[in-house]
Amino acid sequence: MVGLATAFGSGAMTNSIDDIADDAQAFFVIGTNTTENHPVIGMRIRQAVRQRGAKLIVADPRKIDLVDFALLHLRHKPGTDIALVNGLMHIILANGWEDKEFIKNRTEGFDDFKAVVDEYTPERVSEITGVPLEELQQAAEILAQNKPTAVLWAMGITQHTTGVGNVMSLANLQMLLGNMGVPGGGTNPLRGQNNVQGACDLGGLPNVYPGYQKVTSPEIRSEYAKAWGLTEEQLSLEVGLTATEMMPLALEGKLKAIFVLGEDPIMSEPDTNHIRQALETCDLVILQEIFPSETAPYADVLLPGASFAEKDGTFTNTERRVQLVHKAVESPGIARPDWWIVSELAKKILKEGKRQVGEAAYSGWDYQNTAEIMDEVAALTPIYAGVSLQRLLNGETLQWPVKDQDHPGTPILHVGQFTRGLGQFTPVEHIPPVEMPDKNYPTILSTGRVLYHWHGGQMTRRSKGLLEIYPEALIEVNDVDAEKLGLNGNKRVRVSSRRGTIEAQAMITDRVPPGMVFANFHFPETSANELTIAALDPVAKIPEYKVCAVKVEAV
Amino acid sequence: MGKVKFTIDGKEIQAETGVTILQAARQEKIFIPILCDHPSLPPEGACRICLVEIEGQQALQPACTYPISEGMEVSTNTPRIRAARKFNLELLISDHPLDCMTCEAAGDCLLQDLAYEYDVTEDRYEGTKHHYSVNDPNPFIQVDRNKCILCRRCVRACSEINGVEAISVFYRGFSAYIGFGADSSMDDSPCEFCGSCVEVCPTGALWPKNSLGKGRLWQTETIQTTCPYCGVGCQINLQVKDNQIVKVDSAWEGPSNHGWTCVKGRFGYDFVHHPDRLDTPRVRKYLLDGKRKPGAKKRKPEVEGDPWQWVEVDWETALGITADKMRQIRNDYGPESMGFLTSAKCLNEENYLMNKLARQVIGTNSIDHCARL
Repeated sequence: MVGLATAFGSGAMTNSIDDIADDAQAFFVIGTNTTENHPVIGMRIRQAVRQRGAKLIVADPRKIDLVDFALLHLRHKPGTDIALVNGLMHIILANGWEDKEFIKNRTEGFDDFKAVVDEYTPERVSEITGVPLEELQQAAEILAQNKPTAVLWAMGITQHTTGVGNVMSLANLQMLLGNMGVPGGGTNPLRGQNNVQGACDLGGLPNVYPGYQKVTSPEIRSEYAKAWGLTEEQLSLEVGLTATEMMPLALEGKLKAIFVLGEDPIMSEPDTNHIRQALETCDLVILQEIFPSETAPYADVLLPGASFAEKDGTFTNTERRVQLVHKAVESPGIARPDWWIVSELAKKILKEGKRQVGEAAYSGWDYQNTAEIMDEVAALTPIYAGVSLQRLLNGETLQWPVKDQDHPGTPILHVGQFTRGLGQFTPVEHIPPVEMPDKNYPTILSTGRVLYHWHGGQMTRRSKGLLEIYPEALIEVNDVDAEKLGLNGNKRVRVSSRRGTIEAQAMITDRVPPGMVFANFHFPETSANELTIAALDPVAKIPEYKVCAVKVEAV
Repeated sequence: MGKVKFTIDGKEIQAETGVTILQAARQEKIFIPILCDHPSLPPEGACRICLVEIEGQQALQPACTYPISEGMEVSTNTPRIRAARKFNLELLISDHPLDCMTCEAAGDCLLQDLAYEYDVTEDRYEGTKHHYSVNDPNPFIQVDRNKCILCRRCVRACSEINGVEAISVFYRGFSAYIGFGADSSMDDSPCEFCGSCVEVCPTGALWPKNSLGKGRLWQTETIQTTCPYCGVGCQINLQVKDNQIVKVDSAWEGPSNHGWTCVKGRFGYDFVHHPDRLDTPRVRKYLLDGKRKPGAKKRKPEVEGDPWQWVEVDWETALGITADKMRQIRNDYGPESMGFLTSAKCLNEENYLMNKLARQVIGTNSIDHCARL
């Protein structure tokens, strides 16, 4: 998100699923295993390819299912995305295929950017990425000849120590080709959770208030202090800690308490052993959940929340669309909607003690329903200013920014002008991943999800059919490696990194190239995060889940 | 594209050149019965139920594949048409179980609706009936070929919508049946269990296994909502009976998915009713006893009396203890000693409140969620 915010002024999927599916002449799919992780978008890409002949380029070290539908599969080495994209842009520039009008009228920083891209000759890029020269040439031609091209990515781009640079490269590519602000184009990061977009939009980040308003801005602080009944000094101007920064500080004893709502750090954070120790060190761990998750043994208080089917409100999807969630069933026992629990807790904390909250428009916590909360959101969040439950109930479909009650929403961002004015080209250099294979740990591990499970698996492992069809973690091992390891048919493997060890069934396949294995984090005993490295992108603080070094042995 | 003027049942209609009689009739809300067509799939021309009369033509024509033309006069409901439709329905029924009383699809079955409308009450034709076994071993979809009318909706949904071509028709004539992969079971085919085939099946031939015996359409309440899994934001219809989600159906108006789902969205809802669900607040015994937090290494939460033992409490107690502890830590160590992880699975409104809890109530910006993970 930081990468796109730098280039364009706002960090979200620029286009809509419909316009990409209907209008893209080509798709550049890099670092998204779309048919497994965003299956319905994967369906739409397959439809576009088969029914209207859209061209598909897949750039992925793994032979993902979409490769069967692709004109070209660029099988670059893990962690070489920047080099790959720079190389494609080098060829585009060398042939004069760039959109000169767009660059002149709508962007800045082109010369500095070009100076760096000039260094990425096809020969050098082929050397770094392992992609043959002729495939680089073909890909550049497809991108140049098919306007607009939609670029789609997901965690395969962002979960690297160079995640921000990777995203900036793709923003550069789309500006170079003039594919921004048009139906069927754009930069399209696909969000992996039902409401990860909404959690980002509404202040669930350490550097921004709702609507991406910076916590470091005295003016914004002043607005929130006034709305919430506080003096300015009561709100911090300091950027807070990211999830990946909290755990090391907990381990050092500096972070005393963690409140966890509907998250499972034991499953989803890198280097599980280190998370276990961090949570054990905390004075207080509060967990608000629907299941006794893998994090529950480390909690001091367990508050039973409501599932999606037990409450009314909204989620915001990957294309910035605010959509209704409706209560269908009652929660078990005395479990309560999460908004109720948080409100009651806030009231209890504020009832005593020295933190004073005065009378103000939005200082209170007496909510009768989520519609009231959304009205408060709209009042304090410019991009949600025109969102109300009533408009959604009337059948309107709203994609932010929704500037006021009469504004229809924004299906495509940056039409005519970028949020920040001119689009910013940023030169980006290739940097290899932090932990590369060596003599002791000679294999690259990459991690992700499979079709039949989801994230830490708390929900899908409790769904009968999903567990039946995919009952245990499988580790993808290339057939050549399997033979070297002496794996015949269904054999178990032990995979170790400097941080942990797991044992699981191997899936022998050419989906992964030789020298690479792929594991998921859906099952507690065999979670890939026992192995992953907590190396972070210096800006976005995202862990390098897609590359670390491991040793694979037959059990 | 130009417009074409023509009439259906005497009504003057204008429609775009190239559309079929069925499509033009649908735009005008004129109902022509059909089994094989589905608005979200390309036409097939398989069932011969949508037969219509066109002035000046000897033979009846299928409305689903016949294009409109200037001046055409179409009739959709003459005695001749009704007789032809009834004949075709009787042929279908002659090789179809008449077990509507126990069939899952009763009330949600096009064949049943048409048999009723055309007064097809019993098997008029003697002859061989199929007796297929109902035993596809996959975890999600019951395949009952006895109820299949070979409309090929599932075949088209699989190839045109999901694009995996797991379903096809094997053999011809009376021997024809739908099959999977290289005539194998569903889970031994390229099937990804997106459930599109189940959704478009007009009878009870394809049905969610998890919904068997749990209620029929007229017994359930339909609630449209947003899928809880990935970020695509598919709209789904939950079918609810007796406080249980019994089935997920397509919500065709969903702007990001237009009715289609993946396996998790369609079949992965049963976690909601799993016995592991937390139903009562719990606190560790040491908190209830007002003791200091004991070391984690020697904890034995399963042992009665252990300070780590979970104790079920009411909300007042749970939230009271939590609020006191949070206030105390804030007082002793300052607001920066606390971190908040909010949830990408919870509502917008709930995420806003977590942001307000961290910032307004505690005074820290240390709030984050798993966007990075």
